[in-house]
Amino acid sequence: MPLPTGDIVGLMVDNLERRSSVFPMSARKATRWARGLGIPDGGETVLYTGAMYQLLPSITAMVRLLERVEDSFLSRFVFLGRWANKVVNLSALAAHPSRADVAHYAGVLRRIARLLQQAGIPFGYLYGDDMYAGALAYDSGVDGGFATHARRVQAMLQRRGVRKLITVDPHTTNMLRSVYPEVLDGWDLEVKSYLEVLAAAGADPLQTVRRDVVIHDSCVYARYEGVIDEPRALLRDAGYRVNEPIFSREQTFCCGGPIEALFPSRAKEIGRRRLEQLQAAGGEGVVTMCPICLAALRTAAEGAIPVEDISLFLAEAYCPASPPRKGAGMPASVATDVG
Amino acid sequence: MASAQVDLGFVDSVALSADFNAWACMNCGVCSASCPMGIDLLPRQLFRHVVLGLRAEVVQQADVIFQCLLCKACEQNCPAGVHIAENVRSLRGYLDREVFGLDRRYRVGASRPTKEGQHAAAHG
Repeated sequence: MPLPTGDIVGLMVDNLERRSSVFPMSARKATRWARGLGIPDGGETVLYTGAMYQLLPSITAMVRLLERVEDSFLSRFVFLGRWANKVVNLSALAAHPSRADVAHYAGVLRRIARLLQQAGIPFGYLYGDDMYAGALAYDSGVDGGFATHARRVQAMLQRRGVRKLITVDPHTTNMLRSVYPEVLDGWDLEVKSYLEVLAAAGADPLQTVRRDVVIHDSCVYARYEGVIDEPRALLRDAGYRVNEPIFSREQTFCCGGPIEALFPSRAKEIGRRRLEQLQAAGGEGVVTMCPICLAALRTAAEGAIPVEDISLFLAEAYCPASPPRKGAGMPASVATDVG
Repeated sequence: MASAQVDLGFVDSVALSADFNAWACMNCGVCSASCPMGIDLLPRQLFRHVVLGLRAEVVQQADVIFQCLLCKACEQNCPAGVHIAENVRSLRGYLDREVFGLDRRYRVGASRPTKEGQHAAAHG
């Protein structure tokens, strides 16, 4: 028996309404990645993560749970979980993300911050106010709940005096740049992906990396937001040879990730098909630029080929190598990761 | 299909978004050919069902509607300029409100939030 769509979407909507995120997590966990980086609190220009990279380890753990429920008699009882979740944050209690995943995704954000710092871009961070933008609710067609949440985000940004947002993932970029102006009155913030900001700043690589990689365009960056040339320019300037898969740029092929919470098995099939296309193009590693693509393609690869966020490839060229940080409050693997 | 019930108000209940344009589909099939999921039903047949007011046929396909990745591979190649992703999102919204009982304050005829943050009756 397939998973009950209404109950799963309902659970996300309940969380967004009651806890301001489709998958709530504490501010302490969501902001831990920024420890020790010296990013000022607030300012006119802020790095806005929308908590997507922070949420992915928990979402991945939840999907593993749902995979076991999908097509079993347990799927009939998901509605009970939804009702219990209204009282207790069951979604957070049920899914236990791996420490390695948490460290990996925190490493992405730390590298993005360091890339911007290295390029001389001034920015702050909103720490506990860095709210989820609502992409999953919007994509699920929950327009009323989404609009209410978007107004909360707008009010917070007005209160904090923010004028420019530097985003880190395509879904948050799309919400803040293209959807919020349609839904909200008076939304006039400038929104740019950090890839666009770095490319426009003409960031200079500190060292050249001679390596073949294959690029996977995010559907949302490529087809919704037109972010196609910037990641390629940054990689090529760093010395990488960028291989293009059969479906690339505006014709990119989805990773399957967007449906993994509702149809985990089908999502995996799509991920495997995309990985085959990427492997056929050749390259020592797959470059992704979206947390959902990163998770889906890493699952599909099962270690057969490195699948990494573009920030890792860029940091190798644009950031100085540094010894692992001490006392920054991050697991050693992350400290190494960001070095 | 011989006993299909026609719901004349169905398309208005689905088309709350100003960008909804299922009627622009000319049924050429490019969308089905470019779909990573291999969904043949979406959007051609399903959009036709909406326009014809065949509510039951659409509701039966709730799983297919939520299987769409919203990746826009179809929309990128659509020769008729159909806003496929927005149309699918509109169908999801209809199912959320009318079938799953979610987001009900956004129903047709109900007071719903507007861009101005005030409330107005949807579709008059």
